[in-house]
Formats: sequence, structure tokens, C-alpha cells
Amino acid sequence: MNSETIPEGEKKRLEKVGYDTSGKLSRSASFLMSDNRTLLSEKKEKKLEILSTELAVEKYPWVKDLMFKLVSKDKDDYTRLAASSPPRGFFLRVLPGAKINIPVQSCFFIKTKRLSQVVHNIIVAEPESEVHIITGCTTASYVKQGSHIGITEFYVRENATLTYTMLHDWAPEVVVYPRSSALVEKNGVFISNYIALTRVKEINSYPEAHVKDGGIARFYSIIYAQDESFFDIGAATFLEEKGARGEIINRVVSSGGRVVSRGHILGAAKDTKGHMECSGLLLNKKGMIHAIPELKGIFPETELSHEAAVGKIADEEINYLMTRGIDKDTAVSLIVRGFLDTKIKGLPPQLQKLIAGIIEKSSLGGRI
Amino acid sequence: MDKNGYLLEVEDLWVKVESKQVLRGINLRIKKGEIHIIFGPNGSGKTSLLGTIMGLPQYRIIKGEIKFKGESIKNMPSFERARLGIGLTFQHPPSIKGARLENLLKVMGIEEQRIKNLAKRLSLLEHLPREINRGFSGGEVKRSEVLQVYLQQPELVLLDEPESGVDLENIVLISSVIGELLEKNKPIIKRKKSAIVITHTGYILDYLHADKGHVMLNGEIVCSGGPEDVFDKIKKCGYEQCASCLTSSKEK
Ligand SMILES: Nc1ncnc2c1ncn2[C@@H]1O[C@H](COP(=O)(O)OP(=O)(O)OP(=O)(O)O)[C@@H](O)[C@H]1O
Ligand SMILES: [Mg+2]
Repeated sequence: MNSETIPEGEKKRLEKVGYDTSGKLSRSASFLMSDNRTLLSEKKEKKLEILSTELAVEKYPWVKDLMFKLVSKDKDDYTRLAASSPPRGFFLRVLPGAKINIPVQSCFFIKTKRLSQVVHNIIVAEPESEVHIITGCTTASYVKQGSHIGITEFYVRENATLTYTMLHDWAPEVVVYPRSSALVEKNGVFISNYIALTRVKEINSYPEAHVKDGGIARFYSIIYAQDESFFDIGAATFLEEKGARGEIINRVVSSGGRVVSRGHILGAAKDTKGHMECSGLLLNKKGMIHAIPELKGIFPETELSHEAAVGKIADEEINYLMTRGIDKDTAVSLIVRGFLDTKIKGLPPQLQKLIAGIIEKSSLGGRI
Repeated sequence: MDKNGYLLEVEDLWVKVESKQVLRGINLRIKKGEIHIIFGPNGSGKTSLLGTIMGLPQYRIIKGEIKFKGESIKNMPSFERARLGIGLTFQHPPSIKGARLENLLKVMGIEEQRIKNLAKRLSLLEHLPREINRGFSGGEVKRSEVLQVYLQQPELVLLDEPESGVDLENIVLISSVIGELLEKNKPIIKRKKSAIVITHTGYILDYLHADKGHVMLNGEIVCSGGPEDVFDKIKKCGYEQCASCLTSSKEK
């Protein structure tokens, strides 16, 4: 542990990405990293374990075997960089049968200008367990440049449920390369949510899930792309065994930023079912949304579908709302916020509320 | 208020939608507390008239004037007209992906308890967190329109077939809420709200004290009179008779 703390004035940056520093909100465990140092790693719940990845590797030799098992070391330059860096980030393990409804929170904070933060998280939900994780990533108010490379490998064991809600609030010159992958074993449930509403230089995130017998993987990406921002986001789900199900929902708004909104579902076994939605709203002529939904079936008894729509908000809808006495900007904001605040199936109400609150409070670039 | 006591004055109003002439020289004056009914066959321009008064941009005014409380509102956007006191229940409102009914009512500045009470009465509590009109049944759409406009409390209420497609039980419900909005229970001189109501069925007339009826044909008001008289005539002879009545009056 480190005696260093987050400056008082910067705490609200953390709060904005769901990390409670006051101790008032209920959290079953907390992990906080500032630049490349662990500031805090503590738990209130007996049936889970949270450690820095560095300590976990020392304590449990088998943790090493879980690293770069789902994400290949040689995937790209970022994974290679992570592989050659010391193992930072957190290791979280929820014991078999433990149902932990109070969320775990973690936060990655960049406080030094132009810093490159490299982390590797390992998360294991043992059989029959349940855990809900919030991960916030943000910069100090004065940091405008930097990079964040985050590898996360999820092991969702039999009949376990793991939800992972990632909230990003970066600065205009930050580049972000999360690389994550999940193994969802028999009847496991994995839900991954990604929310980024503020300006950023580039985010490139394409998590994967390998879903086994009767398992479920759902990915939600909620993006508001402002001027000068570039996002290449989405997810891939491989339905590898009988009865596996997958869902990918991308809700993207561009007020001037460019977004590639991807999704890939592979149906590779009997009775697999996948659905994808790539919807995009373009608020003006500056932005771009490129929806690339991909479905691939390699087994006849798979059922894959997608809906994709990119366009502007219909005038008819804005005109309708305006007859109720609200001006055009308010009408647009109402539609945009509602569009982003999508209901996430299987997410506990507390976390759904957290996301709704972040969308409601976000200035959305002060435009609308 | 206008010096002659008119809340709304429509003078020689000519309106186009796209390239189609939908209104041809409409004249209509409504006093404070008055309720006017408009009858007319499909496509005669009834919805266009209400939409033009509300300020929906697809209705382009070619000629004429619309005054509300004595002032021209012709060039005002709809939200300003709403703030001045005009409200419209749509015949066919769009469904709105994203915007939740309760959030709209909140940004309209309506107090939560009032929303809940009326929603409960209109059996719309479960619809509040839903996206506006998305997947609502025909009757639910109409109830949601009445909910919104009731809470808005406009002085001039424009009701475009509020009861069409609504089952009998719900017509009673909707009509009683509309009756309340229009202060049906107050003595006439105390009533402040005025309305234009479009109806084909006439059911709603049993719940309102309408003052005047008009018949619209092909973008014109061709006949005005006591609402019951006008409606009875239409029921007996159909709109074609209105047309011949018009020609005969012109011949005279
Ligand atoms: N966007 C449009 N483009 C072309 N024509 C239009 C458009 N909107 C309305 N119209 C036409 O204008 C005419 C008047 O329509 P309006 O909706 O006012 O009729 P209405 O009297 O309300 O009919 P109904 O009883 O069927 O509701 C119709 O012929 C209709 O097709
Ligand atoms: Mg109509």
C-alpha cells in the first residue's frame, strides 16, 4: 500500500466515474490505482479477494497461468507492451457460491501529464458465485494528454454471474486501448458495459467473449462522440457450445466525433442464439458513424440477427416534443439522453441507476 | 385577451403542406370559455387546421392571420405558442425512440405527484418509464396525449379525435378527464378554457358543453351552427348534403 492519496480537488473526477471516495456508498471492495501505483486495495466482504496483480502473482502461482490465456500476448503492440511491463492492475476472485450484490469498485486515475498507464486485471468468478464490478477510468483535471492500456481477462466459471461496468471520462488528448476477453463457462452469465461520454482523442476497444454450454454474454457500449474524438468500439461474441447466447448493443451518438461501431457474433453450435443492435444518431454534419455488424453462422441450428440504423433524429419527433413547450435543444437532449440510457438486461438496479445518473449529469459537451 | 373577448382569431387562412393546398380561407373566432367542434370527412383539412394553429412547421401559411390573445402568433415556433397557452392532442403522434414519457413530463416542469396521480387515473403508471408511444396500443396513445395536455393546462385546448380507436369504457374515462380540463363543472362565465375538438363519432359531445359546430370540406368551413344540430344533420344526410347546402346558399 502507498501513503499517497488523491488530492481533495480531484476526488470529484473519481466520483464522476462511479468511484466513491467518501465511503458513504456501499461497496464490497475498492481498488484504486494512480498512474502506475496502487493506492488502495481493500475489501469489506469476506468471500472475495482483491489484490494488486503484482501481489497476486506472488501469492498464487496459478494466477500466472490465467494471464495472457484469453488475450494473446502478440495480439498487437499494446498487448506486447503490457506483456513486457510489470503486472499492474488488480486481481479479483469471488469464492465459489458467494453472491455479492454490493458492487466492487475500481478506478484507474492518471495524475501525471503524458503518462502511459499500463494495467493487467484478472477477474475470476468461481462456480455459482455472483459479482458486480464498476471500473472508472479518468484523468486529473489538469492532465490533457496520456495513454491507458488495459488488459482484462475474465473467468466466469460454471453458473457464475459477473457484470462489469466500465465508465470512462478522459481528457481531449488521451488515447485508450482496452484489450479484454472473457471465458464464460457452462451456464455462466457475463455482462460488460462500456460508457464513454466525454471528449477523448482515441478509444479503441473490442472485448471478446467465448461462451460455453448454456452461457450468456451481453455487451453494451454507450458512446457520445464529441468533436475531434475517434472511437473504434464494439464487441465480439463466440457462441462455442450448445445453447450459448450472446447480445451486443451499441448505442452511439455523434455530435462531431467519428465512430466505428462494430459487432461480431459467431454461432458455432446447436441452439445458439445471438442478437446485435448497432444504432447511431448523428446530430450534425461533422460526425461519422460507421456501423459494422457481423454475423457468422457455422452451424445450421444457430439463430443470429441484427438491426442497424444510423441517421438523424426525425424532425417529426422533435416537432412533437416542442408542442409541449420545450425548445429544440431540450427536445434533442431528451431524445439523446433517453437513447443512451438503455435498459441493460440483468444489471442490478443500483448500477442501472448509476449509469442513468452519469448520463443525466453529463453536460454532453455543453451542446445540448 | 383581444378587445372583443376573442382568445383565438383565424382570419382568411390559406395553408399548404408540401405542394398541396390544405386550407382555403379559414375564418374562425373563439371566445374565452367556448368549445367549438369541427366535423368533416377524411382529408378535409381538420388536422391541418389544428396543426397550423399549434405551429407545426410542415404547415406553411400562404396567406392570412392567426391571433392568440389579440397578438399574431403566425411566426412563432410551436414551443412558444405552447408557453402562451396552446396545447394539442395529436390524432397520430409519432413514437419517440429514446424519450421516456416521465422525462418529458419532468422537463415540462410538472410536479411528480401530479404526474403520478393523473397517470394512475388514466391507467398509464406503467407507461411513464417507457419511450413515448413506442409500442403503445391505439387507446394508450390517446390516453397518453390527454395526460400530457391535461398536465400542460393550456388555455386553448386542441383535441384531434381524442376518442377515435378508444373502447367505450376508456371513452368515458378520457371524456371525463377532458371535461375536467375544460372546467365543465364550472358555470359558463367562470370557464376560462377554450377548445377546438375534432370528432367523427360525436361520443365526446355528451361530456362537453360545446358551443358551436363547424363543418369542413376541402379546406373550407362550409357550415357553422349549434353543435348538436350540425351533427344531427351530418348523421341524417351525410357530408354530401353539406356540400349541396353550400351550393344552394351560394346560388341564393
Ligand atoms: N405531408 C403531406 N404531404 C402531402 N399531403 C398531405 C400531407 N399532410 C397532409 N396531406 C393531405 O392534406 C389533406 C388534409 O389532411 P388532414 O390530415 O388535415 O385531414 P383530416 O381532415 O384531419 O382527415 P382525417 O379525418 O382523415 O383525419 C389530406 O388530403 C392529406 O392527404
Ligand atoms: Mg385528421
